[in-house]
Amino acid sequence: MFDDRSPIYHQIAESIKNDILSGELGADEQVMSTNQYAAYYRINPATAAKGFQQLVDEGVLYKRRGIGMFVSADAHDALLAQRRERFFADIVEPMVAEARVIGIPLDDIVAHIQTLKGRESA
Amino acid sequence: MTFGIDIQNLTVRYPGVTAVDDLTLKLEGGKIYGLLGRNGSGKTTLLSQIAAFRRVTEGGILVDGRVPFENEELTQEICLVRESGDTVVEGESVKGILRRGRRFRPRWDDDFAQRLIDLFQVPVNRGVTKLSRGQRSALGITAGLASRAPLTMLDESYLGLDAPSRYAFYDVLLEDYMEHPRTIILSTHLIEEVSRLFEQVVIIDRGRLVAHDDTETLRMRGAAVVGPAAAVDDFTTGMTVLGEQRLGGTKSVTVYGEIPADARAVAADWGLELSPVALQDLFVHLTKGDPA
Repeated sequence: MFDDRSPIYHQIAESIKNDILSGELGADEQVMSTNQYAAYYRINPATAAKGFQQLVDEGVLYKRRGIGMFVSADAHDALLAQRRERFFADIVEPMVAEARVIGIPLDDIVAHIQTLKGRESA
Repeated sequence: MTFGIDIQNLTVRYPGVTAVDDLTLKLEGGKIYGLLGRNGSGKTTLLSQIAAFRRVTEGGILVDGRVPFENEELTQEICLVRESGDTVVEGESVKGILRRGRRFRPRWDDDFAQRLIDLFQVPVNRGVTKLSRGQRSALGITAGLASRAPLTMLDESYLGLDAPSRYAFYDVLLEDYMEHPRTIILSTHLIEEVSRLFEQVVIIDRGRLVAHDDTETLRMRGAAVVGPAAAVDDFTTGMTVLGEQRLGGTKSVTVYGEIPADARAVAADWGLELSPVALQDLFVHLTKGDPA
């Protein structure tokens, strides 16, 4: 589940964001408590709480006193907008840079994308 | 209930060796701590001093703001399970050990003890000397956790447990800690396996404090810088270098310390790769050198 590449609380926050993006967690749906999360993934509850707190700070989750944490109504759309914004910088540009290094013409990439597009619409 | 620990300039000398060397350490109550150190680094001596097994002769230790030595009211609330002995007394039966816990530990939970005995399948009617190493460890863990002591210390107490039993131990430890918050210190070598249980990590080497920080903060403080040897050397000049490896023209240098964003940008510019270091590797780098 977790790797050593970034802080665990960061990875927790990312995985919950992914669940929201995929629709696995819907708007106003309750998320696992930090203790349930800690027990399930065998991590320190303070670490889990830090990940959840990050999501509350970002407005992705909201707290209801004494009940738990829930997915914000606009979380899905906001996360989607963020990811779309980052898509070209994070995915497309590094891909083009790599293609240059190993000598793949951009036209070949475009052609390949066209094929994938054709397959999708078929 | 939880106990904080305040250690000031503690020094412990044995004939010919200084086991703990001018150590100052403050631990807040209510967290799970990992105490990491090589064999002979002073872990057991330090824990024994906190548990008031011996009188402090140089420096001072306060647990919950009080001196534990010869303070019965306090020491019954401090539980140290050592790798061998102490809680698990030779010549006694498993039942006898549990009876002692019930008598001397004010917060002892009998049902919980029974649950742990069942979980680890410790034969209750057997004498302690007839137990396997794993069963002894499991008995120590049972006595330690069921004591519910506000300060519970487990010194390498997983030794002899197989992997499934160790994971069962981690699960039950976390579950019970969340239900009954207390200060827990685990000393261990199996860093990768348990590091995620620790809120903070204390690393000692040759009796001295090497690092004390939140586990995640400490982990992010180490970095491996990998790339062309000359660029790696330039980039790491002036940094705290813990170790280096070379493979042909490529070099990997492990550094310790914060790398600011502008330096990260420089690294990217120079074609260097920065990657976090596993806690185990960081530990190895921070404590290598001649064994004590």
